Amino acid sequence: MAADVTETDWAALIIRVRDHQDRVAFAALFRHFAPRVKGFLMKSGASPQLAEECAQDVMATLWQKAHLFDPARASVATWVFTIARNRRIDALRKARRPEPEDLPWGPEPEPDQAEVYEAQQESERLGEALARLPEKQRVLIQRAFFGDLSHSEIAAETGLPLGTIKSRIRLALDRLRHHMS
Amino acid sequence: MTIRHHIPDTLAMAYAAGDLPEAFNLVIATHLSMSDESRARVATFEALGGAVIETGEAAALDEGSLDACMARIAGLPPVPRAAAPRRSGDMPAPLADYVGTDLAGVNWRPVGLGVRQSILRTGPGATARLLMIPAGQAMPDHGHNGLELTLVLKGAFLDGADRFGPGDIEVADPGMQHTPVAEAWSDCVCLVASDAPLRFQSLIPRLAQPFLRI
Repeated sequence: MAADVTETDWAALIIRVRDHQDRVAFAALFRHFAPRVKGFLMKSGASPQLAEECAQDVMATLWQKAHLFDPARASVATWVFTIARNRRIDALRKARRPEPEDLPWGPEPEPDQAEVYEAQQESERLGEALARLPEKQRVLIQRAFFGDLSHSEIAAETGLPLGTIKSRIRLALDRLRHHMS
Repeated sequence: MTIRHHIPDTLAMAYAAGDLPEAFNLVIATHLSMSDESRARVATFEALGGAVIETGEAAALDEGSLDACMARIAGLPPVPRAAAPRRSGDMPAPLADYVGTDLAGVNWRPVGLGVRQSILRTGPGATARLLMIPAGQAMPDHGHNGLELTLVLKGAFLDGADRFGPGDIEVADPGMQHTPVAEAWSDCVCLVASDAPLRFQSLIPRLAQPFLRI
């Protein structure tokens, strides 16, 4: 089913896990995301064994914290990434990762469908933008997310297409402002 | 609170990607608790991280991986809903979690010129401390070997033509000379993280540097 499941559908599967502890929905999420998380962690320097264990941890966290997922704020891929990143910092760097305060609002029971759609499309569109970049730039961005670049290395890379990425910021900001008003 | 100074894109990306030492993460997590603009910038780069995962190479899972994960889930304790750190008075939650008190309860140590500090315990790679600069007092002129982040928690400081108030963050890159001066009518409390010792220009602070740990 992987090929024709869109980002919006991944969010629907998380909602099924959240509301009904739906194991079939979870299995579909697991088949798609667990191998990607494992690959991501191996690129970040984890051994296959550690990456396997951490990928299982990440997916277990996704089940456990399904009630915290807000489909109007982030795509499932983005949420999975943040969980995997935190697990990596914990397992490979053995450091704490202080988190910002929770926003004063949590996930809404009936989120605006247009907002959910926009948020869920974000990773897909950024993925397409990433694929269109020259290889050197794409590799640099990937390395940054594998935890392989320092801030000064990122700052020194004037060729990084942060402007392209920045044009996406408007969306995220507009969504926040909508919530704040 | 009108926040004018946000984190630059390179820092938003490094934070979203998980590339920074703990002390910088602490300053940024505290700043994001005060600035929705910076929070949105970081969210955008986290979405890029989602794209990196989505388009990245998948690795073959071990046999029985899903079953092992379900067993893990069955063994999890009930969700700790109340575990999120809480804001403590005027101190945002991530910082309160490190300091363990509000600003009035901080255990300050004098470091000269009326300036007081409290060093926070963080992991390797960079140090974090609270600084209290008396009203009207200038920090000694200093340059940087590395990166320094200064987040205003209370009061304000001026640096050249720029004013930094609560929630504002100043990013000092290697090589930058700057002289923050606390505004005349109120003490300024900042959270500062740095990945290198500061280089003071005048002799006395330089001699005192090993004792100050700044």
